[in-house]
Amino acid sequence: MAVFVDADTRVVYQGLTGSQGRYHGLLNRDYGTRVVAGTNPKKAGTDVEGIPIYANVAEAVEATGATASCIFVPAPGVRAAVLEAAQGGVEFIVAITEGVPAHDEALFYNQLRRDFPNVRLLGPNCPGIISPGQCNIGITAGHIALPGGPVGIVSRSGTLTYQALHELKEKGIGCSTCVGIGGDPVPGTSFTDCLAAFEADPDTKAVMMIGEIGGSAEEEAAEFIAGNMTKPVSAYIAGVTAPPGKKMGHAGAIVSGGRGTARAKMEALAEAGVKVGENPTEAGDLMAEIVAGLD
Amino acid sequence: MDLFEYQGKELFAGYGMPVSPGELALTVEAAVAAAGRLGCPVMVKAQVHTGGRGKAGGVKYAATLDDVAEHAGRIFGLDINGHVVHRVWIEKASDIADEYYASFTLDRSAKKHLGMLSAEGGVEIETVADENPEAIARIWVDPVDGLSEADCRNWVADARLPEAAVEGAVDVLMRLYEAYVDGDAELVEVNPLILTDDGRVHVLDAKVTLDANAVFRHEAYAAFDETQTRDERETAAHAKGLQYVGLEGDVGVIANGAGLAMSTVDVVNQVGGRSANFLDIGGGANAEVMADALEVINNDPEVRAIFINIFGGIVRGEEIANGIVGALERVNISSPIVVRLDGTNSAEGRAILEPHLSDHLRVASDMLEGARQAVALAAGEG
Repeated sequence: MAVFVDADTRVVYQGLTGSQGRYHGLLNRDYGTRVVAGTNPKKAGTDVEGIPIYANVAEAVEATGATASCIFVPAPGVRAAVLEAAQGGVEFIVAITEGVPAHDEALFYNQLRRDFPNVRLLGPNCPGIISPGQCNIGITAGHIALPGGPVGIVSRSGTLTYQALHELKEKGIGCSTCVGIGGDPVPGTSFTDCLAAFEADPDTKAVMMIGEIGGSAEEEAAEFIAGNMTKPVSAYIAGVTAPPGKKMGHAGAIVSGGRGTARAKMEALAEAGVKVGENPTEAGDLMAEIVAGLD
Repeated sequence: MDLFEYQGKELFAGYGMPVSPGELALTVEAAVAAAGRLGCPVMVKAQVHTGGRGKAGGVKYAATLDDVAEHAGRIFGLDINGHVVHRVWIEKASDIADEYYASFTLDRSAKKHLGMLSAEGGVEIETVADENPEAIARIWVDPVDGLSEADCRNWVADARLPEAAVEGAVDVLMRLYEAYVDGDAELVEVNPLILTDDGRVHVLDAKVTLDANAVFRHEAYAAFDETQTRDERETAAHAKGLQYVGLEGDVGVIANGAGLAMSTVDVVNQVGGRSANFLDIGGGANAEVMADALEVINNDPEVRAIFINIFGGIVRGEEIANGIVGALERVNISSPIVVRLDGTNSAEGRAILEPHLSDHLRVASDMLEGARQAVALAAGEG
């Protein structure tokens, strides 16, 4: 078991014929992901190293039974690509592309909720999702993750996620699923969505959460943890020393008007019973302690 | 991307919002000439990307051209919260009967657009929110539906604007929403929105932040990018396409990925040092990007040591190490460098760095250790 994606997930890549899509799509296939199709309206009928290309997601789903889509198209085309995927009939959409306008994100988030309530969007501007040993969709280097659980990971940051996977692997700790929700203002999937999924997943025994400054998603997660989680959680929040009013790389990572500070998030999480590390290494050590104490 | 007041008003005027006639001036003489054309009385307003202008003496009423010269003379060069005034906006003064507040922004928690309207304008909205929260009427707008006139009318009624202002306010707010959505703004704020003595609702100030990710569909926004407030280092980094934020310490930081870069800045501070910057070189980490990054940091006179913190994912350790070696051949770096290389093929990467190691180039086994070494070097130890 894993959350959101597993060995049965069949993936169509929107943008497989582009350089990024091709590179990562093929790496994902090498990892063992069932990469069943790509789309490009101008190249329908061709293939990328044996992966058939269809004109759109609906045709790809029809022909291959794809259940998920992965979006690598450039930012201006992401809004249309997300809606095409939902209309095409996949149930899970992973949007890797960065630089998508926030208004587009707010628009397709609400449109999906209204017209396609059973479709889950991950991203945009995220590294993707990996259920180690089963399915890797996106840009995570698969070999840095040890399969098997017991830890589920959810993160707003790409490289810090890799760091976490790597540190757990070094300690011999496996991961059930690692979800990169991305650093943008309107992520399709939130911390809370992932925490709920991990709480329900029998193979996940503990959860590691990596947040950063900006917004209130971590505070909402803390509230959810206090009220709904029985499984132990460790956390790390980046950006303790970030100055107010300056965006730190991610579109969402900004402290504005005294809100969204790392300290406030760390305090909220600690109050909810989460073991909060001061740096990524400490958060990894705390998770190792948690895992050692599991039955 | 923050706009100056005059740029925001230009944007608003494009959506039919009522703004005062005015002119931008870069010198006292130009300010006086502009006031001469507009006709006194005028307002002399400092143009800076920060709030609190009024308190700092950056907004003045001028009844005569002599007043304009005097006020402009004081305002040019004024330091407002660290922002030095180089631009002044001269606009026709308005007779104010009443002041309101109006804004739209994205509510990240609700994932909808949030409009805020208050009959208590002219003061900081944070103060109103703290002291008298019920004085702010909020409306959440689903981006799929947009703002209907009926909802806008109810919102104005909630805010208890006086009867005389209702029609004008509804009109301005509908246009403000259009400017916000159509303009891809993160924030549009009018404070104060005024009712004039002769009963018109009028835009007296404009605070606009645009979404830099949406520049591709707004050709005109390139001009706004040129007037962003950046220090010398940030300007140089921006020209090279690097994600850089200048800070005030002496340890230069280079990392791949925004989260890791932010975390590196934190860890440097945690071990007792101070980071000179945030710099994310992205996933690639090739020699060219690394050389650009090192060059930007090398030009910062405050930097005493450099901490390169790279985690290899898809990009392998060898490629990163070759990037660092290649960069050092291209740029002569004055400060000592500590490299922490972890992740995919990190051992191979460290082996490539090995023959180049010296007092000037060291490797660290993990992030904390790397930060400690860099901080010690910056302090002249080690």
